[in-house]
Amino acid sequence: MNRPIQPTYTLDKVGEENFALNLGPQHPGTHGVLRVVLHMDGEYILQADPVLGYGHRMQEKIAENMTYPQALPYVCRMDYLGALSYNLAWVLAVEKLCQFEVPERAEAIRVIATELNRISSHLLWWGAFLLDLGGFTPFLQALTDRERILDILEEVTGSRLTYCYFRFGGLPSDVDEAWLTRVLDFIKEFRDRLPRYHDLVTGNVIFHHRSKDVGVILPFDAAGYGLSGPILRGSGINFDVRKHEPYSGYDRYDFEVPVDQNGDCLGRYNVRMAEIEQSLRIIEQAISAIPEGPVRSKVPKLIKAPEGEVAVAVETPRGQLVIYIVSEGGKKPYRVKYRVPSFANLSIFAKMAKGQLLADALAILGSLDMVIPEVDR
Amino acid sequence: MMECCYIKEVVKGFFSLCTGMRVTMGNVFTRPATVQWPRESAPLPDRFRGHIMMLADDATGYPKCIACTSCARNCPSQCIIVTGKKPEGAKKKMADRFELDFTKCSLCGLCVEICPVGALDFSRDYALASYTRNDFTTMDLLQELGSPF
Repeated sequence: MNRPIQPTYTLDKVGEENFALNLGPQHPGTHGVLRVVLHMDGEYILQADPVLGYGHRMQEKIAENMTYPQALPYVCRMDYLGALSYNLAWVLAVEKLCQFEVPERAEAIRVIATELNRISSHLLWWGAFLLDLGGFTPFLQALTDRERILDILEEVTGSRLTYCYFRFGGLPSDVDEAWLTRVLDFIKEFRDRLPRYHDLVTGNVIFHHRSKDVGVILPFDAAGYGLSGPILRGSGINFDVRKHEPYSGYDRYDFEVPVDQNGDCLGRYNVRMAEIEQSLRIIEQAISAIPEGPVRSKVPKLIKAPEGEVAVAVETPRGQLVIYIVSEGGKKPYRVKYRVPSFANLSIFAKMAKGQLLADALAILGSLDMVIPEVDR
Repeated sequence: MMECCYIKEVVKGFFSLCTGMRVTMGNVFTRPATVQWPRESAPLPDRFRGHIMMLADDATGYPKCIACTSCARNCPSQCIIVTGKKPEGAKKKMADRFELDFTKCSLCGLCVEICPVGALDFSRDYALASYTRNDFTTMDLLQELGSPF
């Protein structure tokens, strides 16, 4: 059944505080080209209809028309904030399909880079979420620290946002001692700066009023809508791909999966803040136990995959990403399917926004941490 | 009872505001985190990816490229055109035309990696601007190198 996007009320009711409001496609609160048609009753939302597809680029079809290495730079452009997780998922999927070995050193460096990327993504979310709620200082604080992560990642990957660093069978280039020391220095300084974040926001009364008991997702709904990532864990369900289906040697590291039972915006906030600390722990462990050796195993220059199908799940900053590849043999995949976290996470927004104030709906949208090109892909 | 709670809230709010303001005010005395471009610019890392450029053979000054076209075939966006022919008396082919469509390039670096003779590298140009689009749709990478043709 197609729900009409146009308002369903009759004209004579217009003017009695009953109207349709376009939130987006160019609205800073939607963090991208997402349009939400809101049917309002005064300040309250009667119904919210997200309209997707403004940034649709046929990512799956593009990947099907490319050889395996050629698709690498495209995959990273879906989620521009967590590009390395996407990069990792694609190389893991092809490695599993073609049964390439990955040296242990390469796996450790992959974990370090991906976790740094996760922290930078969460920092940008932290700033942007609080900007949605009306605080400007957090945004600048977060970007200052994020900038240092970008510098660190730029030194090793060569780019600042849409990284394309991992290759089939390892990495194109090794990292040196100086880079690892630089990462450790950053962790030390960032640990000193983290209490500031909590001083500025976590204990703030206004922030609590805006986020506590706003946009509650029950665990039943969270599982039913297929949510994943910090949103699922913010509703009290303990599921993290890194812990429950470890890849890339995550089982070697000791870390916790932060879970919050409240399911509101504050719960999701707390989960992400705790995740930043866990990511720091993982990086420290990976650096202290980094093995020596090569970073790339022998991989044929022309990659021809055997016939078969493969699915790989990876925990991106926003949740569970699954890349499913069907190969008929040859240089190109027959079918590629991306199961992206933001798409599933957005699906619950319509249910949550119903009956909320407009300002609270923006807080909810902010707490979902959307990356719209990933939704539209 | 209600008023007591209200005053409590106000006091609590005031203190949380003070804690936040302390962080904000602390920043007044720190050095600026930004770089005043264009008067100064941030240092470029060694692996910085500018548009690709052609490297010259040190001995001859001619391009290293042997016109094998692996870069053009491996490019995801088909933004490289390369042709080559044999200079007189030489055994190997050499590129006589190497054009990059930089408007399509996504700087993935697959061409640099695949090159069998190491003839390509990333340049360090980042402040590119021009009045015409053609300057970037057909960038002649052989322009600054010597040519036997």
